[in-house]
Amino acid sequence: MATTTTADAPGFLTLLFSRRAVLVALIVFVIIVGLCALAPMIAPADPAKMSVRARLSPPGPDFLLGADAFGRDVASRLLFAGRVSLTIGLGVATLSSIIGIAIGLLAGFFRSLDAPLSRLVDAMMAFPDILLAIALVSILGGTILNVVIALSIVYAPRIARIVRASTLVIRELPFVEAAVALGSSTLTIMTTHVLRNILSPIIVQATFIFAYAMLAEAGLSFLGVGIDPATPSWGTMINEGRQYLDQAAFLIIFPGLAISVSVLALQLIGDGLRDALDPRLAKDL
Amino acid sequence: MARYIFRRLLGMLVVIFLVLTIAFVIVRLAPGDPAALMLGPEATAEDASALRAELGLDRPILVQYLAFIGNAVQGDLGTSIFFKRPVTEVLAGRAEPTIFLSLFSLTIALVIATPIGIYAAYRRGSALDQSAITIAMLAASIPSFWTGLMFQRYLATDLGWFPASGYGGPDADFLERMRHLILPSIVLGIVNSALILRFTRASMLDILGEDYIRTARSKGMGEARVVLRHALKNAAIPIITVIGLTFALLVSGAVVTERVFNIPGMGNLVVSAVLRRDYPIIQGTLIVVATLYVLINLATDLAYLLVDKRVKY
Repeated sequence: MATTTTADAPGFLTLLFSRRAVLVALIVFVIIVGLCALAPMIAPADPAKMSVRARLSPPGPDFLLGADAFGRDVASRLLFAGRVSLTIGLGVATLSSIIGIAIGLLAGFFRSLDAPLSRLVDAMMAFPDILLAIALVSILGGTILNVVIALSIVYAPRIARIVRASTLVIRELPFVEAAVALGSSTLTIMTTHVLRNILSPIIVQATFIFAYAMLAEAGLSFLGVGIDPATPSWGTMINEGRQYLDQAAFLIIFPGLAISVSVLALQLIGDGLRDALDPRLAKDL
Repeated sequence: MARYIFRRLLGMLVVIFLVLTIAFVIVRLAPGDPAALMLGPEATAEDASALRAELGLDRPILVQYLAFIGNAVQGDLGTSIFFKRPVTEVLAGRAEPTIFLSLFSLTIALVIATPIGIYAAYRRGSALDQSAITIAMLAASIPSFWTGLMFQRYLATDLGWFPASGYGGPDADFLERMRHLILPSIVLGIVNSALILRFTRASMLDILGEDYIRTARSKGMGEARVVLRHALKNAAIPIITVIGLTFALLVSGAVVTERVFNIPGMGNLVVSAVLRRDYPIIQGTLIVVATLYVLINLATDLAYLLVDKRVKY
């Protein structure tokens, strides 16, 4: 439901930040996004510059977070890789929402489409996410766009289910009946009347999908079936560092921390949004 | 009830049919000639057309589709291009480590998560509750392969408590093979316990707020009995659900964990198949795993009927 701010009800932001952890998570996430966005300006070194002498240097004054097997600066690579990982997460959250909204609205609105689309969604959800993503990426090819498309296909059914369920409820409400009586077209009703009223759960779910997609991309890249290893993402950095696990564990620790902190922040933000946007759903977590 | 079971079975068959169709379509999504794609860049045009004929790719798409569905229903998932053996045979040969890895880690996850989840709900808001939720969320945020690599480096390589990788070699007996699964199972168990813990806690919270719990307490029943007999019995249903849901997570986790610990299971097989462009193996794994998922969720649904006498359809 849309939040209505009245004099005695707390506002959206007050609700969102009523848990300190959500505020901290948002600040942390904004800092991570900011650092990665400004990578070309703030990176201490060229992320592709190799130096044989610096091979596997531990973290220190020369290399803040150490250097990898080619003597490249880990801190700089981390910032540039973050742009790829975050872009994929955001891309998947957006594209899967668009696909999921379309399927969910059609299934929820047209009775004849409900059964076939719902069974299709069930079938899609029977495939474990990594496995389906592996299959799709292997067929489409490992570019950033293809990974986004593959993961969006994987996660769109989750949005579709939520949209369908909400649409079924909203469709029966008096204001939709009123819009029909006033002669609004089906498309107008679906987009303005229904969609506007189910945005909250979609936003919450999209936030979680952002987090899952970042984990999934890291998994794909770790398996070597994700994006082209020449493009650094946090997952490919871990995959590359794997060979040197025993000598230079920091090669894996830093990108792992970057993924974990980003994903944790997104999950906390998602929880906070759910509590603030839809108090009825709030579990006291 | 018989009608419900019949309807549920029918729905399941439709979903399995769609699973087969999706698996068929995915491989056809490949741009260009699938045969040339499978053979790689060095193949000649003759090789490609020979493989096309062998795979039946020269027939009309509808015929191919019907043949594919017909074969799959009879348990024939095609032939692996790399191994030159039936896909089902190859998959069966790799099933043991994956099945045991999944079973062990599910057990570990349940042993960790259920008691903590129940206790956290019972002591809602306490320090233990808060830290349990925080740790569960943290566990759900860390990539499982990262946890795996860290455990491998520090617990196996440095401390030598566990074998660091592999499955004991070709001559290893059953116990030796299982010994190689201990550390991977712990890793995967920890990762999966997060979801189960949150789910158990949430459903236990719902139940502890029910009227019959208050009634039980007000008639002077001991706390242990209230929680264990009344609440836990009713929490069994959501816990069964979560086992069904965990299956997908478990398989995804197993694919990655097998790769970390170099265990020759189905996960490792499918990743190698991607690198070898062995599409029948990828397709076959998708079908087998998705069908299992559908069956497990059917089983959990039917288990409700046994556990909860109130559930009527």
